[in-house]
Amino acid sequence: MTLRLERVSHAYDGRAVLRGVDLELSEHRIGVIGANGSGKSTLARTLNGLVLPDSGRVLVDGLDTRRHAREIRRRVGFVFSDASAQIVMPTVAEDVAIGLRRSGLSAAERSARVEAVLQRHGLAGHRDHPAHLLSGGQRQMLALASVLVTEPQVLVCDEPTTLLDLRNTAVIEETLGALPQQVVLLTHNLDSLAGFDRVLVMDEGRVVFDGAPAEAVAHYTSLMRPEARGSRPGDGAAGAEGGAGTPPPAPGGGLRR
Amino acid sequence: MSTAGLYVPPRSRRAVLHRLPAGAKLLGLVLAVGAVVAAANAAVALAAAASAALLHPLCGVGVRPALRTLRALAPFLAAIALFQWLAGDWPSAARVCGQLVAAALLAGLVTASTRVSEMLDLFERLARPLARFGANPRRVALVLALTVRCIPLVASAWRTSREAYVARGLRGRPHVMVVPVIVGLLRSADALGEALTARGID
Repeated sequence: MTLRLERVSHAYDGRAVLRGVDLELSEHRIGVIGANGSGKSTLARTLNGLVLPDSGRVLVDGLDTRRHAREIRRRVGFVFSDASAQIVMPTVAEDVAIGLRRSGLSAAERSARVEAVLQRHGLAGHRDHPAHLLSGGQRQMLALASVLVTEPQVLVCDEPTTLLDLRNTAVIEETLGALPQQVVLLTHNLDSLAGFDRVLVMDEGRVVFDGAPAEAVAHYTSLMRPEARGSRPGDGAAGAEGGAGTPPPAPGGGLRR
Repeated sequence: MSTAGLYVPPRSRRAVLHRLPAGAKLLGLVLAVGAVVAAANAAVALAAAASAALLHPLCGVGVRPALRTLRALAPFLAAIALFQWLAGDWPSAARVCGQLVAAALLAGLVTASTRVSEMLDLFERLARPLARFGANPRRVALVLALTVRCIPLVASAWRTSREAYVARGLRGRPHVMVVPVIVGLLRSADALGEALTARGID
């Protein structure tokens, strides 16, 4: 599937977070890296219409996110970094099933599809478990399963391993790597990009590098050197990005979200 | 974290209630509570409360949900019993408290034996007539589901704020946690809304 961004710009409270981004994404595995506040999350959110750009347009298989949001969301699944925010229903199986309520499938078909997804992602033993009592790794797996049950063609993952330990990070990355879907992965874990077809480096709302993983990582690392960010205090500072919305970076430097 | 009000998977073959449709259980609940209230008799109310408690293990739900309900009700029951006893007589106090306990335990039994998704389907069907007046039955049902989902969310926001408060060496004055809890809940609501939109459940 082709995701096309045409001169996409977006600002929060007058502060630009995307500046005239032009992209065409059709590769199977696409990585997006960049400092906190570089515009990655906003870029990701434009891909399934969660954020509508102030100017320019985003086309998913030729459909404009402004006019075909519902159809696009069926094709483009989204996984957030904070899985807790994505859980809607009290138990595991119910949370996976709720995404299918409008699918037009019969109850038996829905149930079979839920069961298959729970089995595939190691959650079958937790089907009646309260979702909020799962461990962090299981919760992220549930968030992933809840999106995959609708069988989207593209999966956009906004730092899905940020809140996870090494073991769970490996499990989630392995799962993502084995998916047949096209995946757009936003991450700070540079090791996870090996084997990707294409990696974008974002900085101050622009795509400043677009190419193979090794070169992209080298470019990003060079951006993060003190001499490179001397004129931009706060770039690359510690802090957790992600969670729900994509609030604007702190004006005038300081920690960026 | 509290799991009060959530579904309890069947624990034995006796889990008859789990197999009953949600509509039948709700109707049974309304009729049973209506009958206990209409009887207006202390002995009937206390017998109903005892039966409702006994039904928990008998129906494969276990005694924990019943104990949780009773623990949550205890301070209110004490206040109501005291007021009724002072304002009236002890049979009135026993009747009102018995009715309350019976109603709460029976309602808990229905909740513990019914998945939220079954309730969602039921409420969606019940809310269908409201479509004539412009209401969307799916959204009405979703609001009810989200209400249940928000119980652990609120508990979690309160615990997080309390931990941050205590970690900073502060004690007492729990009211100062109200603002951070509300801010946390608003952020969670924002995130939940975005997730619903992303999953196409809006």
